[in-house]
Formats: sequence, structure tokens, C-alpha cells
Amino acid sequence: MQPELEPILQDLKNTFSARVSEFCGDVCVNIDAEKIVTACQKLRDKLGFTLLSTMTAVDLWPAENPRFNILYQFTSVTANLSLGVMVDIPGTDPSLPTITGVFQNANWRERELWDLFGIKFEGHPDMRRIMMPADWEGHPLRKDYPLGYEEPQFTFNYKEIDLRKPYAKE
Amino acid sequence: MTQLQEVSVEEIKHLVSERALQGDTVLLNMGPQHPSTHGVLRLLLELDGEIVVNCIPDIGFLHTGIEKNMEAKNYAQAEVMTDRLDYLNTVGNNLAYSMAVEKLVGLDVPVRAQAIRVILVELQRIASHLIWLGTTGLDVAAMSTFLYCFREREAIMDILEMCSGQRMMTTFIRPGGLWRDVPVEFEAAVREFIKVFPRRVDEYEALLSRNPLFLDRTLGIGKVTAEQALNLGMTGPPLRATGVNWDLRKTRPYSGYEQYDFLVPTRSEGDVYARYIVRIEELRQSLKIVEQALNKLPLGPVRSNHHKFVPPPRSEIGVSMEALIHHFKLWTEGFSAPKGAVYSAVESPRGELSFYIVSDGGPKPYRVHVRTPSYDNLQALPHMAKGVLVADLVAIIGSVDIVLGDVDR
Amino acid sequence: MGVEEKLGNLGVVTTTLESVMNWSRTRAMWPMLFGLACCAIEMMAAEGAHYDMSRFGMELMRPSPRQSDLMIVAGRVSRKMAPVLRRLYDQMPEPKWVIAMGDCASCGGVFNNYAVVAGVDEVVPVDVYIAGCPPRPEALIHGILTLYDKVNQQRIKVKA
Repeated sequence: MQPELEPILQDLKNTFSARVSEFCGDVCVNIDAEKIVTACQKLRDKLGFTLLSTMTAVDLWPAENPRFNILYQFTSVTANLSLGVMVDIPGTDPSLPTITGVFQNANWRERELWDLFGIKFEGHPDMRRIMMPADWEGHPLRKDYPLGYEEPQFTFNYKEIDLRKPYAKE
Repeated sequence: MTQLQEVSVEEIKHLVSERALQGDTVLLNMGPQHPSTHGVLRLLLELDGEIVVNCIPDIGFLHTGIEKNMEAKNYAQAEVMTDRLDYLNTVGNNLAYSMAVEKLVGLDVPVRAQAIRVILVELQRIASHLIWLGTTGLDVAAMSTFLYCFREREAIMDILEMCSGQRMMTTFIRPGGLWRDVPVEFEAAVREFIKVFPRRVDEYEALLSRNPLFLDRTLGIGKVTAEQALNLGMTGPPLRATGVNWDLRKTRPYSGYEQYDFLVPTRSEGDVYARYIVRIEELRQSLKIVEQALNKLPLGPVRSNHHKFVPPPRSEIGVSMEALIHHFKLWTEGFSAPKGAVYSAVESPRGELSFYIVSDGGPKPYRVHVRTPSYDNLQALPHMAKGVLVADLVAIIGSVDIVLGDVDR
Repeated sequence: MGVEEKLGNLGVVTTTLESVMNWSRTRAMWPMLFGLACCAIEMMAAEGAHYDMSRFGMELMRPSPRQSDLMIVAGRVSRKMAPVLRRLYDQMPEPKWVIAMGDCASCGGVFNNYAVVAGVDEVVPVDVYIAGCPPRPEALIHGILTLYDKVNQQRIKVKA
């Protein structure tokens, strides 16, 4: 852990009662879901983390509470620091406040999380599907969504699969 | 499945201006199949005559489900999928993934492997910038640059094919080092390339940089300021063109980059011309790195000795029982990574490329998230494209250098 | 090809109508610009100066489906793109041919999941499949020559 990160972590611990963890040199801070917008604002304005590198989610199904771990990865360009902020949310009706007002590139990131995980973001200006077609049902990256694996066609099952494969007509 | 959906203005009402609803401006679809969108990108343009009032990108036409598919394969098999993310920077994707796995598992990489990795990644950076230059030239109707750039790229593809047998999806860089050592012809081929290339870059600059037609089309178009760029999450050459000196090869050096002496080009205007100049300079600097790495190439092994994670050489399998057992375990089940999550970033030709791998202790990754640079760079497009002509929009899309495989994964 | 050389010095060439028709179709087949992913880069490289595709009359890549006869589906087709592909195919005028370039277009390739259509022949009828991930430019040219062989064997169909 870099020494410049210490006062920042102390600040976050005092203001938002964050829990700090470290693994292989990556520092991650765990914050409650309601405080995320103020935390992001403080990180951007006072603590120098002006770049939101990425936002992603991990699905811990079949655990219900918490089910999703949302990770916000921040980078400080001026001080060359990297910090991850993790938020836990439960599986029933998962939702979080949006941070599009603080970091504009969270717009598409949150849309992607809605599309692929089903996590709603309150206050988002444009909550639509982004990767999948608009009429798709389900949220593909959840663990209870099947991969969509199709049986490969080998020589021993060639004819059976050939019969059921939907070939296009003219 | 094969039914197209009709989208009415109602559904995107919140994104377009008032004038569209009254029929004052035209909503035009710059569809997924278009020669200038560099892939399957759909742009919904709101046009007032020739001026773009609003530009709404629609992505997802190349969504391959790579992140979910990697959860079903073990760590060695999942690397095959990383090639196909940003298909112009295949060697760089392999490097990013390998570094993430090495960080998770705690593998060392021998110095010879690090130096060869740097050479191949910088050659790939040159190849990617050459394709960008060729297609940008094609977009602003300088068609001969396209042919010249692909000529250089063929030399680099020959070098990659000599090492790994494949021109594009090489999977040469693997966790723990490389697949195998480079052949004897490698050094001669790279030296030949180093000798020939600087004059070629001068040729490209002579074609475009002072050309009044090119300057007219690129100076002052698509400006972004540094704070806007950071807020929008841009990284890579578009960010460096606004004046922010952020290059992960210098600020967080990996794979031995601290030993090489190179500059990071930055400009301050933030328009299309600045991004062009930054990338042309990067071509020269990458060549400098390749030359230094080749001169300093150390001897030694190219794979880590830690055979619990890295396969032993084939010659050992016949004589050593442990080697046979390790080989068997790695090929049938794969190695198990410790429980935890890592985030590891490299500098791709487009920006910050990073992998976030979550492991649950098994042989397959629990979740892999790829932070691709083109995703955030493309989000900035509507901000850059307000009030420009349609022809300028084409130049702006070219300058951001998006690859749709990166955006849609 | 049915050309009779015996009357060469008279400048008269006799042949069948089919041969002329097939010959003219192959000598200037215009592909539609349908590069989706990585195979598109190899298609562009095949058009470059090193592996020249304009020797086969394919110098012009027409972005408009109304002006092209050959659709080279280069790259993976996702579920969102499949209806677009079908619509573009329907917009091409007869005679038209489809080459499925690469593993992803032929059979789904490396990807076996919810998002990729396993083989573009579920969406459009394919004439030639080219294997490779991505296929070398020479493989693409071999595929095009195979298509030419197929076209040269076509007969004029008499609609009853």
C-alpha cells in the first residue's frame, strides 16, 4: 500500500465508517449504499480522485444478502493513486443511487449494470438496455442465468443436430 | 430473433431536443453497417440541415458475452478469449490478462520474457496505430495512406507469425512468461523493421501533417478540455492530447518499462489534430523502445519455474515424474488461484486496459471484468459532436480510435 | 469454358450464354462492406497492396447493399446484429452470394454462449465457408476462388 493513501483512508474511515481491506497491493474500501454519492463527491473534489476507471458488479448467488458487490475503481491522476470502493446490496430489488452527476462516464456503466445484472440506479437519466437487444428478457451476467451453451456438432451426432439446426431459407 | 424492432421517437424522447419532436430537425440513423463508423456502431443523429444537434450512440451489436464465457473456462483456456476483445491490440490484451493472473497467483516472470513482452507489445502498438492512421486517412479521403500503412503492418504480422504461428490471435504471452522462446530469425527481422520504419513515419507525416486539406478538416474540431476528459473517463491518446500527462507505462511501470528511455507525447489543444500528432509521435517513441529492448535483450529462461502454475517444458516430461504430474494436472483441471480479487492495468494503444479478476479458490475465475478504454472514450462522443457538421463527425469518430470489440466485449 | 479457338484468326468467338454470364459475374463481383470484428481486419489486409484483391475485380467495397453482389460476413454475429444482417441480405439484388468468413461466422467459433449466433447460416443462406480465426488473407482469396468455381458451374434456370 502506498503511504500517500493512508491519510485518505483515515478520512474515509472517519466520515463514512468505511472498512478497509487489501489484497496483493490493491486497496479496497467498503462503504454503505446510501453514502455512495457523497463519498464519490468527496473523492472527486477533496481527495483528488478525478477519474472513475471502471464500475462493475460481482454476483454472489445463491447468497441473498448481500448478493451483489458493486465495485467503483477510482484513479488519482495527480497523485498516482488507485482506490477501489465496494458497496454491498441485497438480491431482492437491487438498487443504488446514481453517480452520473459526479462522474459522467458512470452513465453507460450503470446502464450496463442494469442490462447485465438487473441493478437499478435511481435518478439515472436514461435507464435502458445497452448491450442486449431492447426486448431481451433476463439479465445475462447473473449466476442463475444459463450460459447458452449449444451442443457442438461432432461426427457421431452430426445428423441429429443437422435436423434441429435452424438453417435460413432464401 | 430475426425481427427488427421499430423504435419510435417516444422511447428516446428524453435524449433528443424539443425540435425533433416538432419535426424541426431530422432524426437520421447512421446504422450499424456504415463505412465510417469503424465497426458496428449505430449512431442516431439529430440533424439540423448538415449540423449535428445531438448524437446518440447505440452499442451492443458486437456483444459476445466474453466476460460470462470466461467464467466457464479455466485460467489458461480463458486467455484465448482475451485476444478477441480489442482485436487490434491482441498481444496487449494477452499481456493485461497474464499480468492480472500473475498478480493474483504471485508468479514471477523472468527478465528475458519481460523484455520480449515489451518488444512484442510495442510492435503491436505500432501496428494498431498504423491501422488507425490508414482508416483515418480513408475517412478524410486520403486513400493512399491506407495502402502504405497496411504495407508496414504486414512486416509486423510476419514477425508475430514467426514467433507464434499466428498473425493476429497469437496467445504468445501467457501467465508466467511466454509460450516459447523466439526463433533465431526474430532479431534480424526486428532490426530490419527498425531500420526501415523511421523513414516511413516521415513519409506519413509528409503526406498529412502539413496538408492544408487535412488541417482544414481536423484543426479545432471536437475539442475537449482536460477536466471534461477526466470526468468523462477518457484515457490514452485522447486524454494526453488535452494536456494530462498520464501514461501507465511511465506512472506505474510494469514488465520492465522503467529501464527504457522514452517520452510521452502530450499536446494541449484537445482537438482531432492534437490526437493525430500524439499518435504519430507515439509511433516514433514505440520504435525507440523496441530498439532499446532489443539491444538490451538478456539471456535466460522465458518461463517461470513455478510448475504448479506454468507448464514444464516438453523435454522434461519424458525424464521427470514431477514434470509429468504437473503437466497432467494443468491440462486436465488447471491451476487453482487463491481467493480474492485483483485489478491490474496496462496501457493499450487506446487507453487504460485493465482486468478485474475475482477468484473463489477454484480453477475457473469467478468473475472477470475487463475495463476497456474504448467504452469510456466513446461516451465522450456526444459531448464532442455537438454543433459540428456530419463530415466533421466522421473525423471525430476516427480520431477517438474506437474498436467495437473493445466497446461491446 | 466453351470457347472454340479454331476460328481464332477470324475474330469470332463462340461460347454458351451461361459461360458468358458466369464469366462476367465472377470478373467484377463487388463485395459489400460487412466487416464486423477481427476478420474484418484480415479482409482489409487482403484488400491492401500485399495480398491484392483488386486482381479479382473486388477493388471496390460498396457500403450500400443495393450496389453489391457479394456479402462477406467477416466476424462474429451477435443476437442484436442478426436482424440487421438479414435485412441487409434482403436488400441486395439478385444474383447474390454469401461467404461466411472465419470460424465465428461459420459455426460460432470460440464462443458458445447466449450472445453469439452459432453460425451465420441460421440467418442467411451461405455459399462458401472459410475456416480460420482469423483466416489468412490467402485463405480468403482461396475462398473467393472457390466461390468463382461455384458460380462458373451455375446453370440458367428456366422458370416454368
